[in-house]
Amino acid sequence: MIRARGLSRRFGQKRVLERLDLDLEDNGFLVVTGANGSGKTTLLRLCAGLLAPTGGDLRVETDRGRIGFLAHEPLVYRELTALENLDLYGRLYRIPERRERTGMLLERFGLWNVRNERAGSFSRGMLQRLALCRTLLHEPDLLLLDEPFNALDAEGTDLLAHQLEELRGERTFLVATHDPGRLEALASARLGLA
Amino acid sequence: MSYLRDVGTLARKDLLLELRARDTVPAMLLFVVATLVVFHFALPSENSDLAAYGLLWVALVFTALLGLVRSFSAERDQGLLDGLVLAPCDRSAIWLSKALAMLGFLVLAEIVALPAFAIFFRGIGWETVAGVALADIGICAVGTLLAAMAAASRARELLLPLLFLPLAIPIVVGGVGAGVVDDPGRYLGLLAVYDAIFAIICWASFEYVVTE
Repeated sequence: MIRARGLSRRFGQKRVLERLDLDLEDNGFLVVTGANGSGKTTLLRLCAGLLAPTGGDLRVETDRGRIGFLAHEPLVYRELTALENLDLYGRLYRIPERRERTGMLLERFGLWNVRNERAGSFSRGMLQRLALCRTLLHEPDLLLLDEPFNALDAEGTDLLAHQLEELRGERTFLVATHDPGRLEALASARLGLA
Repeated sequence: MSYLRDVGTLARKDLLLELRARDTVPAMLLFVVATLVVFHFALPSENSDLAAYGLLWVALVFTALLGLVRSFSAERDQGLLDGLVLAPCDRSAIWLSKALAMLGFLVLAEIVALPAFAIFFRGIGWETVAGVALADIGICAVGTLLAAMAAASRARELLLPLLFLPLAIPIVVGGVGAGVVDDPGRYLGLLAVYDAIFAIICWASFEYVVTE
C-alpha cells in the first residue's frame, strides 16, 4: 500500500525526515513512534498527499478519496453541529447511505445524543470522537491516524481500541503515537523515528 | 453534475457558517455605509461625477477586501482546508463555492451601498448597476484565489491587499468608466473579458494553490 525510498522532507533549512525507507503492505498495521519533532506528523501528511516530499520517492497505492486522515485538529467546523459536519463530509465523499452511516457512527462513538449541538460546544475528547467518526465515515482503505487516543477518556479509548481491533486485517493502518504499548497487540510493524 | 453538487454543498456550508457566526456580512455592511458617509462629508458639495463614482468604487473594492480577508478564516484557524483537500471532489469546487458565497455577501453589501450612494451623492443608472454586477464576478473570482494563497501566510491581512489591489485596477477602471461615459459598452466589455479570463485562470490554478 505504501512504499517509500529515500523519503526526505525539509522545511526551509530544517530537515524533518531524512532518507526514510518504508514498506507497508495491504492490510498491515504500522505503528510509528518518536519524540516530538521527529517527523511522525510530517510522514502522515506526506502519505495523505498534503505535503510533497523534498527528496526520494513515495508511492501510496490508493486514491485520495480512500484515505481516512485523523489529524491533530479534528477538521470539523465549530459552527456546524456534529450531524451537519458528518453530512458535509458524507456528501463530499459521495457516501450512498450517508444518513445511516452517520447515525451508526455517532451512536457507536457516543455522540448521538449531542448530534444537533454545535461542535464548538464540544470538549476536546468529544471533538476527537467526532474526528474519528469523520475519519471512518467513508470506510477508507488506508487509515492515517495521528495520536488517535489523544484526549479520549477511558470509555472513548475502549471504543477506539475495539474499532481498531475490528478493522485490523481489513484496512491498512499507519498510526503515529507516543503510547505504542496500547497498540502493541495490533501492530504488524513498527517504525521509530529519531 | 457531481461537480455542481459539490459546489452546492460547499457553498451551502459557507452560507450556513455566516448565518450562524455573522462575522462577515454585518462588518461589510457597516464598513460600506460608514465609508460612504465619510466620503459624503469629505467631498466638496460641487463634486464631479468622476470623483463621486471613483469613491463608490473605492468603497466597494475595500468592502470586498474586508470580506475576502475572512473568507478562509474558518478553514485557516482550524486547519480545515486539509479535510476539504482530501475529499475526492475536484479542488476547484472549493474555490467556486467560496467565490459564490463571497458573491452573495458582496451583493448584500451593494444592495445597501448603491441606494446609500444615490442618497449621499447622485442617482445611479443601469450602466453602473451592470458594471457593479460584472465587477463582482471578477472581484470574487480573483479575490477568492488570492485569499486562499494569503491564508497560508502568517502576514495574510497584509498580503491579501498587496496581491489583490493591483489586480483590481482594471475592475475599477471598467466600473468607473461604465458609470460616467455616454457609451458604456466598451467598459462593460472590458469587465466581461476580465471576468472570463481571470475566472478561467483562477479555476485552473486553485488546485496548485491548496496543494504543494
